Amino acid sequence: MTSGTTTSSGPGPSVPVLDDDPFSRSFLADPYPRHERMREAGPVIRLSHYGIWTSARHEQVFAALTDWRAFSSASGVGLADFRKEKPWRVPSLLLEADPPDHTRVREVMTEVLSSRRVRGLREEFAAAAEALVGDLVERGAFDAVRDLAEVFPLRVFPDALGLPEQGRENLMPYGGMAFNGFGPRNDLFHEAMADAARIQEWINEACRRENLAAGGLGQDIWAFADTGRITPEQAAMLVRSLLSAGIDTTVYAIGNALAALAAHPGQWARVHENPALAKLAFEEAIRFESPVQTFFRTTTRPVDLGGVRIGPGEKILLFLGAANRDPRKWINPHTLDVTRRTAGHVGFGTGIHGCVGQQVARLEGDVVLTALARRAATLTPTAAPEPRPNNTLRGFSSAPIRVEKAAVRSR
Amino acid sequence: MREPEFVTVVREKTVVSDGVVGLVLGHAEGTPLPSWRPGAHIDLVLGDGLVRQYSLCGDPADPSAYRLGVLREPDGRGGSSYVHDSLSTGDRILVRGPRNHFELEDAPSYLFVAGGIGITPLLPMIAEVDAGGAGWRLLYGGRTRRSMAFLDVLDRYGDRVLVRPQDEHGLLDLRGFLEEATRDTLVYGCGPEPLLTALEDACGARAREMLRVERFTPREAIHDDRDGMFEVVLAQSGLTLTVGPGQTVLECVEAAGIPVLSSCQEGTCGTCETDVLEGTPDHRDSLLTEDERAEGTTMMICVSRCLGERLVLDL
Repeated sequence: MTSGTTTSSGPGPSVPVLDDDPFSRSFLADPYPRHERMREAGPVIRLSHYGIWTSARHEQVFAALTDWRAFSSASGVGLADFRKEKPWRVPSLLLEADPPDHTRVREVMTEVLSSRRVRGLREEFAAAAEALVGDLVERGAFDAVRDLAEVFPLRVFPDALGLPEQGRENLMPYGGMAFNGFGPRNDLFHEAMADAARIQEWINEACRRENLAAGGLGQDIWAFADTGRITPEQAAMLVRSLLSAGIDTTVYAIGNALAALAAHPGQWARVHENPALAKLAFEEAIRFESPVQTFFRTTTRPVDLGGVRIGPGEKILLFLGAANRDPRKWINPHTLDVTRRTAGHVGFGTGIHGCVGQQVARLEGDVVLTALARRAATLTPTAAPEPRPNNTLRGFSSAPIRVEKAAVRSR
Repeated sequence: MREPEFVTVVREKTVVSDGVVGLVLGHAEGTPLPSWRPGAHIDLVLGDGLVRQYSLCGDPADPSAYRLGVLREPDGRGGSSYVHDSLSTGDRILVRGPRNHFELEDAPSYLFVAGGIGITPLLPMIAEVDAGGAGWRLLYGGRTRRSMAFLDVLDRYGDRVLVRPQDEHGLLDLRGFLEEATRDTLVYGCGPEPLLTALEDACGARAREMLRVERFTPREAIHDDRDGMFEVVLAQSGLTLTVGPGQTVLECVEAAGIPVLSSCQEGTCGTCETDVLEGTPDHRDSLLTEDERAEGTTMMICVSRCLGERLVLDL
């Protein structure tokens, strides 16, 4: 059914072993040369530092993501194996579950975030983008992350959910807990968890049914508890899941897109010339500088991947960001090309666990880049972007840029 | 009110004939399964967006088990292959239903016609009709005796059951079989499309009052027959494209140089959803609801086609 996962018998060739720690600050600060070394070493290799399997090639990452039976999510999609150690939080109903438990929850979330519903958000998201971007372009210079990528999603997405205004500064730290939590219990993990109790308490309170605004996505989720498709406990968890998964990711994605486009003036020129390219540019940025770099799976049975025999119950680390730059799949993978056909990238994953919020993410990226494309003739970086290390996410905490206002166009 | 949806456990999996696997499912929580009447079927939700319908062929009076017969079918997305090759006892599987579009109505006598795996919905009907004392006969056809499922179950009914494998008897003599039908006889048929068409012909003018059939044709098979050529007008760019039988709308739009996003290429992710301004889409995706399909204002251009000759898209 899927290539690379047949259960043929017999020994495979000897498996390359590297000793990188993919969650070390040095690796995270400069991942691409390390991705290349892992990718070229073989389709599937061992990382001795954690005693895990890994793949940085598109074909194998794609195959593992689509073969959910052999490559399970229920034992955790971080380094921790939930069969052997207690997870740091209650497992996500969506992310850390397999069918059939996963199926019903996924179907509910697909209905909540249906394309119809997301299209209904376009007007308010676009208005917010126009207002924010308009102000920033008037200033002439701003920080693409601090002033735009961090501000926009924190305004529109909690609004769409029905969250109160106060306390939104807790949202990125909450996502930080989730995404650093997929890694080992290193410094990044402990720093993210330092304030966990207080943040968790705030989130629990803010997501209570009575605190969520009518007509928002949060109440939409709760409506499914009323009909018994999910329990009230599940509804509460799913509202929190939307927040942990839906903020940091888009902040990093928009920041990465702006930083990448500012660093590639020829590409920005094309988007400025034809703003219809904005959503393609966003998609290409997600391939080029994938906000979500990695996820784990756990094998449920002996399985062959890329000709390598992996035993049952083994953790495998899948490098989405590396797969998205695999020269076996992409021509000139290290080049940003806004007209590239990006179908097949795994920046949103793929298969049954593919990001259920991806249409929301695309909407956010589209309206921000479109608003900027109409107003900014050029984007110029005024300082190197400052990386923001995270066990799972790749992105920046700062990306100062200068913009040249576009001449007024007749329509 | 939404129909029941619950997790079951595979209690038994056996080969019942060449190409047919019998499954016994129990409720994962050990509670009684939702009740059903002969003719009912359930959805097996296999993950990956695959959902397959199977008739319940066991005993409606037994709330502890659902029995199914699954034929291995050549199928691009592998639903029945999964059941045959990978599903194991102890596995958990999500079920929806049961629902019934093939209800057993009261009659003084019955004629049952089964082709291949079409025997499955008829088995509980036969059991109930036989227990109730009404007259009945079954004409059961199949490719070869070895491929015909549940012959052992039907043994107890003696000569009321006519087993007629094609390699021994040729095509079924439907007209001969139907000669026994009286004014009040009901004829129940299930099996492949050619059998049902022939059965409808054989019933002639009486088909409407006398004949009840259930079709098992999978959605994919219908679509393959209807891949035609149609025109697509792109409203924004003013281009007109022709989409041939081997092409998708997405491919043609990309080939014309129009920038459009796509991802899964199989109608499951929604990335390529495009507004339809005119024309009736032929929806082949796995995302839109029935209402959305009926509205026809959007479509997934990577898989969906056209029910007429022309679509106007907002591209």
